[in-house]
Amino acid sequence: MESRITKKFKELKSNNQKALITYITCGDPDLDTTIDLVLAMEKAGADIIELGIPYSDPLADGPTIQRASQRALNSGTNIDSIFEMLSKLRKNTDIPIAFLLYYNSIFAYGIEEFLNKFSGSVDGLIIPDLPLEERKELQELLENHPIDLIPLVAPTSEDRIKEIVKATDGFIYCISSLGVTGKREKFNLDLKYFINKIKNHTDTPTAIGFGISNEKNVKTLKDFADGLIVGSTIVEKIEESIQTNNNVIKNVYEFVNRLKEAF
Amino acid sequence: MNTKELPKRFGKFGGQFVPETLMSALIELENEYIKAKNDENFIKLFKYYLKEYSGRPTPLYFAKNLTKNLGGGKIYLKREDLNHTGAHKINNVLGQVLLAKRMNKKRIIAETGAGQHGVATATVCAMFDIACEVYMGEEDIKRQSLNVYKMKMLGAKVNPVTSGTGTLKDATNEAIRDWVANVKDTFYVIGSVVGPHPYPTIVRDFQRIIGDEVNQQIMEKENRLPDYLIACVGGGSNAMGLFYPFCNEDNIKIYGVEAAGLGIDTDKHAATITKGSLGIIHGMMTYLLQDKYGQIMPVHSISAGLDYPGVGPEHAYLHTTRKAKYVSITDDEAIHAFKYLTKIEGIIPALESAHAIAYLMKLAPKTKKDDIIVVNLSGRGDKDIHTISQYGGVL
Repeated sequence: MESRITKKFKELKSNNQKALITYITCGDPDLDTTIDLVLAMEKAGADIIELGIPYSDPLADGPTIQRASQRALNSGTNIDSIFEMLSKLRKNTDIPIAFLLYYNSIFAYGIEEFLNKFSGSVDGLIIPDLPLEERKELQELLENHPIDLIPLVAPTSEDRIKEIVKATDGFIYCISSLGVTGKREKFNLDLKYFINKIKNHTDTPTAIGFGISNEKNVKTLKDFADGLIVGSTIVEKIEESIQTNNNVIKNVYEFVNRLKEAF
Repeated sequence: MNTKELPKRFGKFGGQFVPETLMSALIELENEYIKAKNDENFIKLFKYYLKEYSGRPTPLYFAKNLTKNLGGGKIYLKREDLNHTGAHKINNVLGQVLLAKRMNKKRIIAETGAGQHGVATATVCAMFDIACEVYMGEEDIKRQSLNVYKMKMLGAKVNPVTSGTGTLKDATNEAIRDWVANVKDTFYVIGSVVGPHPYPTIVRDFQRIIGDEVNQQIMEKENRLPDYLIACVGGGSNAMGLFYPFCNEDNIKIYGVEAAGLGIDTDKHAATITKGSLGIIHGMMTYLLQDKYGQIMPVHSISAGLDYPGVGPEHAYLHTTRKAKYVSITDDEAIHAFKYLTKIEGIIPALESAHAIAYLMKLAPKTKKDDIIVVNLSGRGDKDIHTISQYGGVL
């Protein structure tokens, strides 16, 4: 079954456009705000939404997303309340949504139960601690659902790339550089070469993530891949808005809008 | 030369649940380790440092007073506390740092709970003149200030970890994050039989010297193998080191002792196998203390070294195959055992090892006079004097 993500990339490609993928953590600072933020980001031009499921031990994330995770857990966010939030959200939007989550969140819930629950409302799973070697069980169970397992490729993957991208749908998450999520001072010039190496092995669309934080980054990188992922900086906008009692929705809308215009 | 891959799992436990960025480093580590363990020169070098630097073999001490007082079988203490830096941790650190040198890594990182692994790593890095950074939870920094001071004197940088609960699990997360960022020139020296494959296997192999020596020493003294083995289990490296060489012996009863904290029916304990469920932590599938959504729960033990919500995957496996039995000991029982051993044998045990002694105190009276019990005295207790004095005065 073709997922909303796959359809979206086809649509963008036929219009000669790139995907803007934006990340927020579910329940940061609460789930009602998450609904409003998703709709605002869609309105501002986001093509695909990445929703983080808050986790106690997010070992692939930098301090910004760690704090978002903590705020979300403090507000009582869990898989069941996220499901309720999504059911409400889906009445208002058909935008493709991918979860960014740690494998224990699915595993502890029960893999099949989790997939049955979210089949139809969620379109992709990005699992930073589930490498090629461990993904078989989940991948087999996913065959019955319109949900893509989005593989991550790192600058250190080298000759693993071919196997990682084999038989994948949705998009390939290309990690821009070493390290956890968060801003980067600069990007390596080899990035273009790295993405091309991935493209040599697959027709699945590619998207670059980790460290993309402003319009300038977008302009530099947009031609390298089929999409760009922005996370920590949006989460920072949310954090700043909470701390200064400013309008979260408005700030995030304006930032995503500026990113979109840079494409 | 044996170039086969090492098994990635112990039954269903273990595996490699890590970010893709680290996979090539884990594969490189596994390949290099396979070469090293089949390289006579590497083994010779490892054994040289164990003997000349750490002071091995450690004695297998017949605890006459303990034996008489508890009134059961003969009790032997494997004196890992007599290693250089005061615990078994250095066995593994020597092995891993020698591997790091072989792989030309310029920088060592480590996590630490009680500080014993951190001190051992800082020590070996000082000797080999390699840059060393240790991640330690801020809670543990408070309880183990002496070890923090030691690490700094040894030239290591100690990075306080404030995320999560500020204990060992968070220090481990932070070390993994560092490794993801610096994987090309950095070697991560994991302190226990935990983490992604091949670490649990590598650490076990470097710690099995404990059990191998016990095997030889008990044959010399008693001309037969022991009937009981007891060791404390946090991540489980001292226990795995003792147990592993005896795992194919059917007649030996093996006990791993977990930390029951304030009691296993409270929410303040670290009895992972006793009370945990299957899940993923720090790159491995194992038992862990988690809620129904898979969030890792805060754990508690008076001993910083046992204050860990997961357990080595091979212990989880030994538990399911019933090869070893996992029991638990409360803070109170451990403190009592700490004081008891100090007075009766003149040996001050680490609070971690005091958990093993506390279980011995329950088990020994029920054994026969001619039974032989070996307890791993994994570390010495100097570091814990402050905790003990705060807990309820001196003796």
